[in-house]
Amino acid sequence: MNTVWATVLVASLGCYGLKLAGVSLPESVLSHPRVQRIAGLLPVAMLTALVVTDLFDANGRYTADWRTLAGVGAGAIALRFGRSPAVVFLLAIATTAVTRAVT
Amino acid sequence: MDLHAILAIELPTFPRNVLLVSTATTSPSRTGAAAIGPAPFAARAAITRAAAGIGLYAGAFGVTFGAVAARSGLSVAQAVALSAVMYTGASQFALVGVLAAGGSHLAGLSAALLLGLRNAFYGIPVTHILRPRGLRRMWTAHFVVDESTAMAVAQPAPRAGRYAFWATGLTLYALWTLGTLAGALIGSGIDTSALGLDAAAPAIFLALLWPQLSQERGRAVALGAAVVVLGLIPLAPAGLPVIAAAAVAILAGLLPARRRHETEGQ
Repeated sequence: MNTVWATVLVASLGCYGLKLAGVSLPESVLSHPRVQRIAGLLPVAMLTALVVTDLFDANGRYTADWRTLAGVGAGAIALRFGRSPAVVFLLAIATTAVTRAVT
Repeated sequence: MDLHAILAIELPTFPRNVLLVSTATTSPSRTGAAAIGPAPFAARAAITRAAAGIGLYAGAFGVTFGAVAARSGLSVAQAVALSAVMYTGASQFALVGVLAAGGSHLAGLSAALLLGLRNAFYGIPVTHILRPRGLRRMWTAHFVVDESTAMAVAQPAPRAGRYAFWATGLTLYALWTLGTLAGALIGSGIDTSALGLDAAAPAIFLALLWPQLSQERGRAVALGAAVVVLGLIPLAPAGLPVIAAAAVAILAGLLPARRRHETEGQ
């Protein structure tokens, strides 16, 4: 078994373990205000980090493809108008695909 | 702490998004109501339609994940294993992204686990609504994701909540995994950038964090994380900037609450 498989399985079982802990641990552990606050903010920080690396990181060098940015920007506008993730998804890939096709 | 207090603290962030999905698939005129607060679904048919809508979009996003995973060098089996066993999208994209960028396996693992941590906290309302016991906990836990939790807590009664949880969790699981399989199989054969699929993941991540950006602390954390990541891109090994962003959230979370609308009661 290679290391990619090992990482895939350990990470998968780890993520499942976190879910299992959530439905198994006494509520007092997870409902501590500070713990709750950090848990709520962690995805904000990490999702932001993923967006930034997806858009601007090319293996340790800065990069930017304006067509990808345009797609995500179109998605942001849809979000601003209260659209669902499904609409955001379609609008983002369509915008990027179209701008890439015509440039 | 009762369920109401819990929902008041954290859960409105993710559910709000998914409510918009569900109303969009049932009737467009209700989108406005969903933006104000959780819209109760009285009828099972409405829940089923909403779950189907979420499932369809998840299927398309699953194809994207499969294609991205295949192009990152993962085998079809590895990509499908991630969707079937890990079954939490952001963690999967994080892991694949770090590996594709040549980051260490430990960095990829850490990023996936840090993102997966939120599912543990979804366990609180899910346990309140579903009350799983014994071995059922192990089965239920697997389906605790953003969408299933959001749909469950959006229902006015536990009975409808249980139905919404399973309808959403199972539909999403099936289509996400099948989508991944399809995407991984055709991944090397299609030009993902010509289809604009490189915009899919950042757009969806933005959608997931969007509700938090309406709160001051959320905006500050997002801004801080963006600055930290941008600064670290040329300096740190691949994967590390994403993990460093977690420190921003932890620091911000440790700061005392001072906003009047925060309900922790400190």
